Amino acid sequence: MKFTLSWLKDHLETDASLDEICARLTMIGLEVEDVDDKAAFKPFVIAKVVSAEQHPNADKLRVLMVDTGSGAPVQVVCGAPNARAGLVGAFAAPGTYVPGIDATLSVGNIRGVESRGMMCSEKELEISDDHNGIIDLPADAPVGTSYAAYAGLDDPMIEINLTPNRPDCTSVYGIARDLAASGLGTLKTRAAPSFSVEGETTAKLTIDLGEDRHLCPGFSLRLVRGVKNGPSPKWMQQRLLSIGLRPINALVDITNYMTFDQGRPMHVFDAAKVKGNLTVRRAKEGETVLALDQREYKLGPNNVVISDEKSIESIGGIMGGEHSGCDENTTDVLIESALWDPMNIAKSGRTLGIITDARYRFERGADPEYMVPGLERTTELVLELCGGKPAKAEVVGYAGYSPKIVDFPMSEVKRLTGLEVSSEESVTILKKLGFGVEGSGDRVNVSVPSWRPDVDGKADLVEEVMRIHGVDNIVAAPLPRHGTVNGKILTTLQIRTRLAKRALASRGMLEAVTWSFISEDHAKLFGGGAPALKLANPIAADMSDMRPSLLPGLLTAAQRNADKGFGDVALFEVSGTYEGDGPDQQRRVAGGVRRGTASLNGAGRLWSNAAKGGGKQVDVFDAKADAIAVLEACGVPMGNIQFEAGGPAWYHPGRSGTIKLGPKIVLGSFGEFHPKTLEALDVSGALCGFEIYVDAMPEPKKKATRTKPALDLSPFQAVKRDFAFVVDKGVEAGAILRAASGADRKLVTSVSVFDVFEGASLGEGKKSIAIEVTIQPVERTLTDEDFEALTAKIVANVTKTTGGVLRA
Amino acid sequence: MSELETLERTLLADIDAAGDEGSIEAVRVGALGKKGSVSELLKTLGTMTPEERQTRGAQINALKNTVADAITARKSALKDQAIAERLARETVDISLPVRSSPAERGRIHPISQIVDEITAIFGDMGFSIAEGPDIETDYYNFTALNFPEGHPAREMHDTFFFNEDEKGERKVLRTHTSPVQVRTMEAQDPPIRIIIPGKTYRQDSDATHSPMFHQVEGLVVDKSANVANMRWVLEEFCKAFFEVDQVTMRFRPSFFPFTEPSFEVDIQCDRSGPIVKFGEGTDWMEILGCGMVHPNVLRSGGLDPDEYQGFAWGMGLDRIAMLKYGMPDLRDFFNADVRWMNHYGFRPLDMPTLFGGLSA
Repeated sequence: MKFTLSWLKDHLETDASLDEICARLTMIGLEVEDVDDKAAFKPFVIAKVVSAEQHPNADKLRVLMVDTGSGAPVQVVCGAPNARAGLVGAFAAPGTYVPGIDATLSVGNIRGVESRGMMCSEKELEISDDHNGIIDLPADAPVGTSYAAYAGLDDPMIEINLTPNRPDCTSVYGIARDLAASGLGTLKTRAAPSFSVEGETTAKLTIDLGEDRHLCPGFSLRLVRGVKNGPSPKWMQQRLLSIGLRPINALVDITNYMTFDQGRPMHVFDAAKVKGNLTVRRAKEGETVLALDQREYKLGPNNVVISDEKSIESIGGIMGGEHSGCDENTTDVLIESALWDPMNIAKSGRTLGIITDARYRFERGADPEYMVPGLERTTELVLELCGGKPAKAEVVGYAGYSPKIVDFPMSEVKRLTGLEVSSEESVTILKKLGFGVEGSGDRVNVSVPSWRPDVDGKADLVEEVMRIHGVDNIVAAPLPRHGTVNGKILTTLQIRTRLAKRALASRGMLEAVTWSFISEDHAKLFGGGAPALKLANPIAADMSDMRPSLLPGLLTAAQRNADKGFGDVALFEVSGTYEGDGPDQQRRVAGGVRRGTASLNGAGRLWSNAAKGGGKQVDVFDAKADAIAVLEACGVPMGNIQFEAGGPAWYHPGRSGTIKLGPKIVLGSFGEFHPKTLEALDVSGALCGFEIYVDAMPEPKKKATRTKPALDLSPFQAVKRDFAFVVDKGVEAGAILRAASGADRKLVTSVSVFDVFEGASLGEGKKSIAIEVTIQPVERTLTDEDFEALTAKIVANVTKTTGGVLRA
Repeated sequence: MSELETLERTLLADIDAAGDEGSIEAVRVGALGKKGSVSELLKTLGTMTPEERQTRGAQINALKNTVADAITARKSALKDQAIAERLARETVDISLPVRSSPAERGRIHPISQIVDEITAIFGDMGFSIAEGPDIETDYYNFTALNFPEGHPAREMHDTFFFNEDEKGERKVLRTHTSPVQVRTMEAQDPPIRIIIPGKTYRQDSDATHSPMFHQVEGLVVDKSANVANMRWVLEEFCKAFFEVDQVTMRFRPSFFPFTEPSFEVDIQCDRSGPIVKFGEGTDWMEILGCGMVHPNVLRSGGLDPDEYQGFAWGMGLDRIAMLKYGMPDLRDFFNADVRWMNHYGFRPLDMPTLFGGLSA
C-alpha cells in the first residue's frame, strides 16, 4: 500500500516529521517497506534560458546562457530541439546526480565549449519517458525555486507492507486513523457530501444469485447525466502517479483515487454503452469478457459478474469490462459501489490470474458501512471534476451492519502481554480506533467497527491495545525454569539420528541434504511411485514423487560431483523416506553411497596404498562396514543381528545383503548396485551404498541401574588357534564363524576370518576359508587334552554345518 | 719391554682391530677365556712366592683388568656403532604425506549442525525437541492453525498438494513446522516447552527460496507464559546463537493466523559490509515471526484458552544458518556439491555444546 505524505496529511493533522511518521507506522504494525523522500529532486531548480546561440562546432547543439536565479547566467551546451531563448525549464548544476542518465554532472567541455550544467528532459528526471525535448514550463514559473516543489514532485512517498488482516489500512484514511489513535496527530473529518438529485437511475439492478446472496451482500448504483470527462486535475494526477498509477481520465481517476483514499473500490460504466438493466449473477460456463486490461477472460459459475441485457460488463469486484468503460466521449455515467464476498473474490482472482487494487481490497473485506457513503463521495468528486446531474441512487440488497460484541476483561492485556495498561487508556485506545466500549470497570463490552472484520475476540483487542500503547514498553521477563534436570530433551529416534550422522561423518563421509521429491522414474526404480505419494503440483517434472529411498538422490548427487571432476565421493544423509502418506509411513533412514575409491581408508593414489590400504575401488564390504557403523553407533546389540545374502531389487543380487533382527525386523540393506539400476539412473563408476532404518531399531532396554556389571578378568592367558577349511564355494563364511563359535560358547570368545582363497589346487567349485579362533580359559589353564577336544569339536561343528574339510 | 707389556700391547691392538662383536668375542676368549693367554698367566699366581705375587702377580692382575676394560669399552662402542648403522638404514623420508583421519575428512551439513546448536541452547532452557510428518493433512497444516477455509493466507503459502484421495481429501506437504504445535498439544498436557525443527515445503525457488527448506519453531504453553517471557526467550536465544554479548531486538506488531497478538522481530545489526554483524550497527534485519498462541489454536489442541496460554515463534533454519555462517545461496544447501560441503560443512567432532561453545 503506497501513499504520499501530503495525501496522509489530508486526513491527519500532525506536525510529526516524515521519519517520526515512518517509525510510528512500523511500530503500530504497518511496516514501512520503502520511503522515497524525493531528496533526489532537490537540486533541480527552475531556470530561464536567456539566450540560445548556435554551437560553433556542432550543427545540432546550442550554447545557452541560463539564468538559474542566483548569480550571473551560466553557460550550458544543449542538444534539445526545443532549447530556445525564453524557455523556462529545470536546471541541474554540476555535482547533481541525474537519475535518468545515472550520472553525476561535472563541468564539461562539449566540442570545445564549456558547459556548466544541464537543462533536463522529463526522462532525465525519470518523471516520464518523454525525451523529445527539455522540460518546457509556463513563462511565469518562478526562476530559482525548486522545480520539484513547483511540479509537485517533492511529496515523499511511503509504502507499507500491509498484513492481510487489515483491510481498514488499504486506505490513506484508515492509516491516518491508526496514526491518530497512536497519538501522532488528529484525524480530520470531512463534511458529508451534499448535492441535490434529479430523477431516477434508469438502469435498474437485480441480484440474481439465488441462495448465495452472500456473494454480493449489497450493491449501489447512481446515474450522473451530462458529465464532461477530460483529464483529471493536476493534484489528482500527481497523487496517482506518485503511487505508480497512470492517470486515464477524470472518471476513471476518481475511482482509483477513492480506492486508495478510502479503501473503497468503485467502478464506472458509460451509461450509453449499457444495454437495459443490470444483473449480478454467476457467469455461465465458457462465457467470456474483454476486460479493461484488454485481455479476454473465460469465465465460469464461480465468477460473479455484472451483466446487462446483452453481455457481461464487469467481473464483480475484480475488473471492469472494456466495452462499457468510460472515455472522453462519456456523457452519462453509472457509478457502482458494491460489496463482494472476500473468499469468492480471492478465489476468482486467483483462478483468473487477475491482480487489481479492487481485488486486493475486496478479498480482505471492504467496509460495508461505507458502500453508500462511498457512492456519495464519488458522486461529489464527479460533480466537482466533471459536472453533470446526479440521479437518485439505487441501493439493492444491503442488510446493514450489526457489530460483533466482544466481552472483554481488560486484565487480558496484562495476562497475555505482561503490560500494565490502565483501563482508561485501554478504553481511549479502542475508542480512537472506532470501537464502541460499553460498561465500566474491568469487564466491558466492545463493539467492533464495520471496517475491522479481522477482530473477533479478546486476543484481538489485546493486540489493538498493545500495538497502540507500544510494544516497546514490554520488558523481557525470564521464563521460569521447570525443575526437570533429568528431563529428556531428545527422543531415542532423535538421539540415534544424531549419532548416525556423526558416526558416518567420522567415517569420512559428507552429509548431504537432497530433495524429498524425485522423478517418478527414479521413485519406481526404488519401489516408490505410488499415486498417494505423487504431488499434484510439482515445481518441476523431475520433482514429482516423494522418495521411497535416499539412494537415488545420493547416487545422482555422486554422479553430479563426478561430472565436475570429483569422482571419489562418499555421501550420506539421515532423513525421511515415504512409504505412504500417513504420519507413520514416513521412515527415518540413514543412507550412504561411496563412489570410486572413496573408502574409509581414503581415496585416490597414495604411496602408502599398497602397504596400508586405501585407494581401492569401493565394494559391497565398504557399504557393509558403514551400515554396521550406524547400527553400532545407535547402540543396537550386534549379537542378534543377521546378515542375509541379497538385497532389494536395486542392488546387485550377488553383492548385496539384508540386515535383520530376528526373522521380521528389517534393519536395512547394503551392497553394490544392479547394473540396470545404475543405467536407469544414468550414473556410472564403482558404487556401493546402504540404507539403515533408524526407526526400526528396538528401543534400548531400560536399565534398573546405571552401574555397569562387574569386570570379570580371567587370570589365564588367552590362546589363538588357526584353522583352514575347504568348503564349497557357495558356503557362507558366516556359517563357518557361527559353527566355530558354537563349539563352546564359554571358551571361544571370538572367531575371525583371516584368509579366503580360491585356486585350482583346491578343486573345482571349492574355496578355503582360514579362521582364527580365540580361546579364553575361564576356570583353569587348559591341558593339551582340553585343547585337542575343543579343536576336534570346532572342526566337527564346522564340518557338520558346512561340509567343510580341515585343510591339510 | 717385558713379556707382559708385549702381551698387553698385542691384546690391545687386537681389541682395537676387532670390527664386530664376533671378533671382539674371539679376542676375549683368546685372552680371558679358560685357556686364554691372560688366564694362563693368572693360573701361574698359585705357584708364586709371596714376593713374586706382590710384584708380578699385581702386574698380571693389572693386565687382566686393562684387557677386560678395553674389551667392554670396545663392545659398547661396537654396539653403538651397530645401532647407529641400523638407525641410518631405517631412516625414511618423513616428508611423505599420510592419509588424513576419516573424522577430519567427513562433514556434517550446516542444517544438522544448526539443529544441534539450537538443541543445546533450548535444551538448557528446559525445552525438548518435537517432530512431525512432512506429509500433512489440510487440517493440521491449516484448519487447526486458524486458517479459515479459502482464506487468502493459505494462498500465501504456495502449498504443494497431493492428489485427492477417494474421500476427496488432499494431503499437503507441510508449509511450516506449525502442525506439530497442535499434534503436540493433542498428545501432551501442559506445561509444554518444545522446539520443532524440520523440513518444510513451498512452491518457490530463488536465491533465498527453495521448494524444500527448513524451519525451526518453538512453543510454550502453560498458565502464565506471556509476551514478556517470549521476548526474554528470543533475546536469550539470539545472544546465544549468534554468540554475541548483547542483541537489540525490535518487536513489530504483525499478523499470522495462528497467533494473536502477532509480531515480526527484527534484530539490530551492521549490514554495511559483505557479512552481517550482529550485536552492533544500526540496521534492522527481520529474523523471525512470533506471537501468543491464538485461542482457536489452543482449542484445536484441546486446551481452554481461558485457562492456558502460551507463545510460539518460527524462523527459517537455513536462513539463520546463512546469516551466521555466510552462505550466499539457499539452493546450494540441497545440491550435495562436495566443494560446498567441504567448505561450509562441520567436522563430526565439532559438536555444539554450551560448555565448549556452539561453534569452534
